[in-house]
Amino acid sequence: MSVAKTFNTVKTPLWFRRARIGQKITPYLFLTPFLAGFLVFMVYPLIYALNLSLYRKKLVGGTSFVGLDNYVKAFQDDNFWAGVRNVLVFGAMQIPVMLGLALLFALLLDGKLIRRQTIFRLGYFLPFAVPSVVAALIWGYFYGQSFGPIAQIAVALHLKPPLFLTPSGIIPSIANIATWQYTGYNMLILFAALKGIPEELYEAARVDGASDLQIALKIRIPIILPAIALTAIFSVIGTLQLFNEPNVLRVVAPTVLDSHFTPNIYVYNLAFANRQFDYSAAIAFTLALVTAVLSSLVLLAVYRREAS
Amino acid sequence: MVTQTLSHVRPNGLRKYTTGKFATYVFLFVCLGYFLLPLLWLSIASTKTNAGLFNSFGFWFAKDFGLAQNLKDLFTYQDAAFIGWMKNTAIYAISAAVGSSLISALAGYAFSQYQFAGRNVLFGIVLASVFVPGTVFAVPLYLLISKTGLSGSLLAVILPTLVSPFGVYLMRIYAEQAIPEELLDAARIDGAGEFRIFATIAFRLLLPGYVTVLLFAFVGAWNNYFLPLLVLGKSEVYPVTVGLAYWNSLAGQLSTHQILYPLVITGSVIGTLPVMILFLFLQRFWQNGLALGSIK
Repeated sequence: MSVAKTFNTVKTPLWFRRARIGQKITPYLFLTPFLAGFLVFMVYPLIYALNLSLYRKKLVGGTSFVGLDNYVKAFQDDNFWAGVRNVLVFGAMQIPVMLGLALLFALLLDGKLIRRQTIFRLGYFLPFAVPSVVAALIWGYFYGQSFGPIAQIAVALHLKPPLFLTPSGIIPSIANIATWQYTGYNMLILFAALKGIPEELYEAARVDGASDLQIALKIRIPIILPAIALTAIFSVIGTLQLFNEPNVLRVVAPTVLDSHFTPNIYVYNLAFANRQFDYSAAIAFTLALVTAVLSSLVLLAVYRREAS
Repeated sequence: MVTQTLSHVRPNGLRKYTTGKFATYVFLFVCLGYFLLPLLWLSIASTKTNAGLFNSFGFWFAKDFGLAQNLKDLFTYQDAAFIGWMKNTAIYAISAAVGSSLISALAGYAFSQYQFAGRNVLFGIVLASVFVPGTVFAVPLYLLISKTGLSGSLLAVILPTLVSPFGVYLMRIYAEQAIPEELLDAARIDGAGEFRIFATIAFRLLLPGYVTVLLFAFVGAWNNYFLPLLVLGKSEVYPVTVGLAYWNSLAGQLSTHQILYPLVITGSVIGTLPVMILFLFLQRFWQNGLALGSIK
């Protein structure tokens, strides 16, 4: 996302620019509703939380300023890092599958090979319209032993019903829910980017005898690399904030999904079960730091590949 | 279905692709099954009684057709709590969609059409905020909201969702592409005021981008779970997502509440339908609009 490119200067004649001096305040008026909300609901809470994270409330002695103690504690907190490890394993498993499928679908549906592509495009996208809570409910029933269709089929075939919500099965099971929900959405973003490539670019390659696979690898994928990077970064951010699916599935797998299964679940439980708001704020900022580092790494990786 | 689509294969020139094409179609249809079967299962399950859920095969109907009874139970259980949740969800989604898209359109338009002091710095800050995890805002928002006594009110969810930095980013890009500078200058020479120009000329040009931002804000707010779960203390102000998860946890924890499963399933269908219908009807707009964020 080369934002710098979009900063065009407005070119207007000099006489006109002078006439507009009285209107200098206009852009600020247009911006006021957004900036007011931005200050109140984003900037202020951020500062408030940052300040909060520097204090600690004790049962005896009340609240006291502890400097960076909460952050030192966070960096040494096994519960937090276990959660980070879980979401990283989840991401390493889920993001390549999801984006790989999304890219494959986008390439197939953008080509001339497939007719009636609207059915596939809409069908693949439809799970995005389902709230993640409902997606987790549906798949929770699918994985379950009581009336899940997978267990039903296994029983009918005289097989042992597979267990999904075990310590080793839980992360792939949640990864599947996320893949089901978001593959179609990412496909459409990549599809839209592919549609933006002018037809002539392929024609020349085709005349030179390039195969569809070569055209996809050498022309189409490199051109939409910025769009791929965008989907990758948003997937990384979403992954680190994993909350809805595991939180809903906790009902059916309470022992596997503990109170710090993901960093976000940990923050939630610290704040609302333990009322440790100050420490939970420190954990949230540490998570933001991890997010920033990881998304920069993704950006670097993508653009280094593009440059080479 | 596969054979039907194959009848479209024309013999001339495409013959060498036929095997590959067949394999591609098989692959695409298998994937279509993966994405749609869970939704089919949910729809069928919503027609079953609690006994039917446990006694019948998931992808076929049970002997008793219980949809009418399920709907009746759904809309009356716990003093019609579900109707209240649907109403709350609609209020959250409509206010977030209309409010945030309008606010984003105004801001994006300002960033794209005017030169002013602090523009680049401001836009950089807005863009950076897109990448900050929502968790960071969640706890302080909860504390601030409960301090102001808003925690039991609809405003606790509505107000924070009115601010959408990503919406501003999208509207700016869209405005840069869609609004020719000369047009606005011509209007200025004709003596039109800046706000009139926005309302009568620019906004019409911004409409396709606006609808995209509006729709995705609507869906985001309709499907929101984390923020409402955090900031809402009372079940009367729950949206459908939080309400259904709550009923499901009751059904899972207490065997006496298993009777809730048909309600959670039917409620999931009812709670999802509006968004699906909206997506299908507004296809033309959002499919084009999606290209926005990805081009730059």
